[in-house]
Amino acid sequence: MSTVTTRNPLAAYIVRHADDNMVIGQRLAQYISRAPELEEELAVANIALDHIGVADHLFTYAAKVEGGGRTGDDLAMLRTEREYTNLLLVEQEHDGFGELIARQFFFDAYQALLWEALADSTDDTLSGVAQRAAKEATYHLRHSSAWVIRLGDGTHESHRRIQRATDRLWRFTAEMFEADDLDRQMAADGIGVDPSTLRDAWESTVDSVLEEATLTRPEDSFQTSGGRTGVHTELLGPMLAEMQWLQRSYPGLSW
Amino acid sequence: MDARTEEERFNAIIDDDEKIEPRDWMPEAYRKTVIRQMAQHAHSEVIGMQPEANWIARAPTLLRKAILIAKVQDEAGHGLYLYSATETLGVSRGELQELLHTGKQKYSSIFNYPTLSWADIGAIGWLVDGAAIVNQIVLQGTSYGPYARAMVKICKEESFHARQGYSIMMTLADGSDSQKAMCQDAIDRWWWPSLMMFGPHDSESAHTAESMSWKIKRKTNDELRQMFVDQTVPQARYLGMTIPDPDLEFDEESGHWKIGEIDWEEFWSTIRGDGRLNRERIAHKVKAWEDGAWVREAATAYAVKHGMKLDKSA
Amino acid sequence: MSYDVPVAPGDTPAEVQFGGGVDHGFPLWEVFVRAKRGLSHTHVGSIHASDAETAIQNARDGYTRRAEGVSVWVVPSKEIVASDDAESMFEPFEHKPYRHPTFYDIPKEVGQL
Ligand SMILES: [Fe+2]
Ligand SMILES: [Fe+2]
Repeated sequence: MSTVTTRNPLAAYIVRHADDNMVIGQRLAQYISRAPELEEELAVANIALDHIGVADHLFTYAAKVEGGGRTGDDLAMLRTEREYTNLLLVEQEHDGFGELIARQFFFDAYQALLWEALADSTDDTLSGVAQRAAKEATYHLRHSSAWVIRLGDGTHESHRRIQRATDRLWRFTAEMFEADDLDRQMAADGIGVDPSTLRDAWESTVDSVLEEATLTRPEDSFQTSGGRTGVHTELLGPMLAEMQWLQRSYPGLSW
Repeated sequence: MDARTEEERFNAIIDDDEKIEPRDWMPEAYRKTVIRQMAQHAHSEVIGMQPEANWIARAPTLLRKAILIAKVQDEAGHGLYLYSATETLGVSRGELQELLHTGKQKYSSIFNYPTLSWADIGAIGWLVDGAAIVNQIVLQGTSYGPYARAMVKICKEESFHARQGYSIMMTLADGSDSQKAMCQDAIDRWWWPSLMMFGPHDSESAHTAESMSWKIKRKTNDELRQMFVDQTVPQARYLGMTIPDPDLEFDEESGHWKIGEIDWEEFWSTIRGDGRLNRERIAHKVKAWEDGAWVREAATAYAVKHGMKLDKSA
Repeated sequence: MSYDVPVAPGDTPAEVQFGGGVDHGFPLWEVFVRAKRGLSHTHVGSIHASDAETAIQNARDGYTRRAEGVSVWVVPSKEIVASDDAESMFEPFEHKPYRHPTFYDIPKEVGQL
């Protein structure tokens, strides 16, 4: 853990969830104008807006908690790859709609549980964001599950593609439930949740959707992690380079 | 009931400023004109997503990013409303899309220009959506009911588009020298294409007379263009920016701003398909459609397998 | 007019026959939105969707982005049965003014009636 975003544990905790939402929101946003149908353009944009909205709220709150004069936008736009603490899952690229949906499904199933738990946080701001985000995540999960089922139980080709996407992204799923010291401390303080406690419920959602989708639960036991300590895959850097380009090219201006 | 009576009824509805509805009898040429205009309007909304989507990933702040996504999403929605209105005349969206993809139907020439800086996002909202709004407000009074209703809904959503664009321009005009230069450069590139959006002069416009008499069009190209110029010139001045037209001057007598001559050669070549990005825009659209084929096929296959069940529960 | 794309001089527009052509899309559904509690669902337009469940989602994403609704209905467009011949069906009702309260002159002194 060489690069610490902030020495304030609460701020660091909020930032990691903001990062998850920022990064997946950015990935979804990159897909706009490329969807398989016009209706799906609207759906994907709505989901992107929800994630970016959550990120914005959380970054702004973290900046306030941190109290060092940074703004929420500074946290989003001026931290490096090593300082971003998102899960590896959300930074994964999609080669098309199948991977986009598989990534979203795994993450939605996790976030629906996470926000439900954080809605009870003793931290009022976090609890407020979580209550709103829980409703959004429920809808996102409904959307992504519906697609996993349709693609899995659709044509031979779509079954093959969504199975492949599920297999490819599986290795990034265990990280969601890895608790580190910060998680445990926040959980003990009643502010946060120990993510390992969400695992069983996540598995049962995932199993039942995969089953309805006639998909095979991936068997590969290899799992990778590191996002929470800023050790990413090689995909986050280029994404941040694009996302932060304007702010870094013209430092210190308002937009 | 013979066709003559039907035609008289149709004309009476138009004369009374009432709306023609999908199942009404209508002259074949009216039907074709309305379909063509609504379809090309729909195509424009959808293709128009691309130049702005080009900056979503690079938007400078989270708020600007969210605004831009919401705006581009609205344009997808406008495409949806307009295709939906067109489909009331028994033409399927698939058919219309095919016509777009094969170049048999066109979209507004404005979307063939590239977005090269963040200021272009401001300029598009302010000038391009601004021009579209002038046009669409008038179209709320168009004689085909579903088209008029789609316009009402679209106009409600559009005013935020122009405002967010102008808000970007105000921030840039108020910013650093580099931001001011960015702002001016965007105006220099988008001003004339925005004026071209209104189409050729009335004297050159093949469809105007017929469309006016059927009240599909309610104002001519030149009238609409003048409305736009009159409202936009003071806005440019407020920004402290220059409009790239040395001949622009206020005509005291008429109370209107007079503009210099538009480069119609550029306009027609863009319409013909030789604009900056015509090929890229269509290629992008076709690729998205083809890449999505397996998804659509899957959804259809799933519905067939489970179709009975879903229909009953619906 | 901004979106009525003109035909360039010297170009001939492609002759297009509408209706009965290709359709590789999903079925069409009519969308009805209840704007708020206490109001009926009102027709707002249509969407395409492969099945009822996705039709509901598409209607929500397409027509309630600004919180325009608290409930949506979707109906397969082909299931809509519509009246025809407005002249014989509806005009006869225009000639029965006695069905409207304003037809009757009641003296003020009579009070609320
Ligand atoms: Fe629009
Ligand atoms: Fe717009």
